[in-house]
Amino acid sequence: MTKSHLELTGVEMAFDTPKGSFVALDNINLKIKKGEFVSLIGHSGCGKSTVLSIVAGLLQATKGGCILDGHEINSPGPERAVVFQNHALMPWLTVYENVELAVQQVFRKSMTKQERQNWVHHNLELVNMAHAANKRPGEISGGMAQRVGIARALAMKPSVLLMDEPFGALDALTRAHLQDSLMDIQQDLKNTVIMITHDVDEAVLLSDRIIMMTNGPAAAVGEDLYIDLERPRNRVTLADDPTYVHYRQEVLKFLYEKQRKLESITPRRNNQATDASMKKDTALKAKV
Amino acid sequence: MSTLTNSSSGTGILGWLKALADRFTGAELAQTGKQLLLPMVGILIFLGFWHLAAPQVNTSLGTFPGPVQVWEQSGQLWQEHADQRERADKFVTMQEARNARILADNPDADVRIRGYLGAPTFLDQVVTSLVTVMAGFLLATAIAVPLGIVLGLNHYLQAAVNPLIQIFKPVSPLAWLPLVTMVVSATYVSDDPMFEKSFLTSMITVTLCSLWPTLINTGVGVAAVNPDLLNVSRVLQLSFWTHVRKVVLPSSVPMIFTGLRVSLGIAGWC
Ligand SMILES: Nc1ncnc2c1ncn2[C@@H]1O[C@H](COP(=O)(O)OP(=O)(O)OP(=O)(O)O)[C@@H](O)[C@H]1O
Ligand SMILES: [Mg+2]
Repeated sequence: MTKSHLELTGVEMAFDTPKGSFVALDNINLKIKKGEFVSLIGHSGCGKSTVLSIVAGLLQATKGGCILDGHEINSPGPERAVVFQNHALMPWLTVYENVELAVQQVFRKSMTKQERQNWVHHNLELVNMAHAANKRPGEISGGMAQRVGIARALAMKPSVLLMDEPFGALDALTRAHLQDSLMDIQQDLKNTVIMITHDVDEAVLLSDRIIMMTNGPAAAVGEDLYIDLERPRNRVTLADDPTYVHYRQEVLKFLYEKQRKLESITPRRNNQATDASMKKDTALKAKV
Repeated sequence: MSTLTNSSSGTGILGWLKALADRFTGAELAQTGKQLLLPMVGILIFLGFWHLAAPQVNTSLGTFPGPVQVWEQSGQLWQEHADQRERADKFVTMQEARNARILADNPDADVRIRGYLGAPTFLDQVVTSLVTVMAGFLLATAIAVPLGIVLGLNHYLQAAVNPLIQIFKPVSPLAWLPLVTMVVSATYVSDDPMFEKSFLTSMITVTLCSLWPTLINTGVGVAAVNPDLLNVSRVLQLSFWTHVRKVVLPSSVPMIFTGLRVSLGIAGWC
């Protein structure tokens, strides 16, 4: 078990732009164990999605590489299923057909037709969406569509589940609800997960480990925080658990002190104002 | 109609009348009105306007024809067509009768029936041109949709072919016609041709003119597929055909149909 499950070594990503080469990532090194739930957190534009795309095989690193279970990743594949921020369901297929498309593709040879049907239903039930199997994505809410996106990814039985801000587009209540569902599912399936998030509470609540990325360009791994909290976790009781609060503080410190975004939206705003608004933000979040 | 008969059961004629009355009240009426009445009203207003305005337009060639004259004229055209048909039928029956007589005298005689060679009537020409337009449009569709998909999928090819499309798109049918005629007469040589040369020439000209909007719109529609969906397709490792069938085509169908509509318009105008 010393050999890591997923390993990124010296990953550099440079984009060709009209203004020359833009180095988004510089020397990212990461080892992830099987079954680990890892969150990537960092300011907007630091390169989180780029890291995820490289692991997914959708982008090819310009230097370094990525190894999953001893094989180098150089193209996308269903063993690295992706949950996109905006569900990315085919609007012309029903909920059932969307999951079926994936199941059909991955288990065409290894399952009978009946088994595949059952497997689609099983995954829809897992995310509590079996009741809407025959609806189209346009007829269900954003939260429901996101559930289906998760069901589709889980249905591929991936060795790594990649999620790019899966709950970013949802309202706070729906988000909390889906986070709880995801924790339940994860409790049973024990998938290896890499999740991108902007939400500090989400990161601490769900993860075994939080990777904090420095600001781009040439972003790298800034801090690597292990979250040693008992599972199953309960958001209400954890809210004033000292360890939990400590972890939150660590992430907040990293984001807003060590890696403070220098450019602010209004150029005249001074640092004191930003500090004040940050404290307010912390206070607000603590209440939730 | 089923609603009428359904509600009439039991109460007889009264119930039927009531159902009929229901049709003309409230929501039902609004629905019927929208679908049927309003277009009728529009047409009637247009006819009225035409009828009143036509006599006011006096040109050196006479007054502008009103709806009544046009109606009369179309009746005449139809009559002409019917007469011509009758003559053609007579001509053929006459020949058949003659052939029967010849065969009765000499069973080995080589008999044949010549088609009636009268000038095609206005109606015949309308039918011919409609058939030509439809055939040309179908051929254009058969070429433009697959080609558009290929172009939309491949940026390099798109960049290479785009200038050509921009050059050929505005070429008028009058410019295509002589070129097509040349090529068709040179290449389409057959003793027993399946199509007439003139039909083939016009059809290909229609195709060449109406091809472009479908080609361009299909290309644009295919290139504009949501990148997230393309990523889903890549993660699932869909084969080329499955990718086209399940992702590319469904999402570009609206654009393809817009292109087809424009193409059909151009084909008809050719
Ligand atoms: N295809 C590309 N070409 C050029 N630059 C790119 C490309 N994709 C991303 N970038 C740049 O790389 C950097 C990282 O982008 P990325 O999308 O990974 O950020 P992110 O951390 O996911 O941001 P967010 O949190 O807003 O989603 C950004 O500065 C972005 O402008
Ligand atoms: Mg992103």
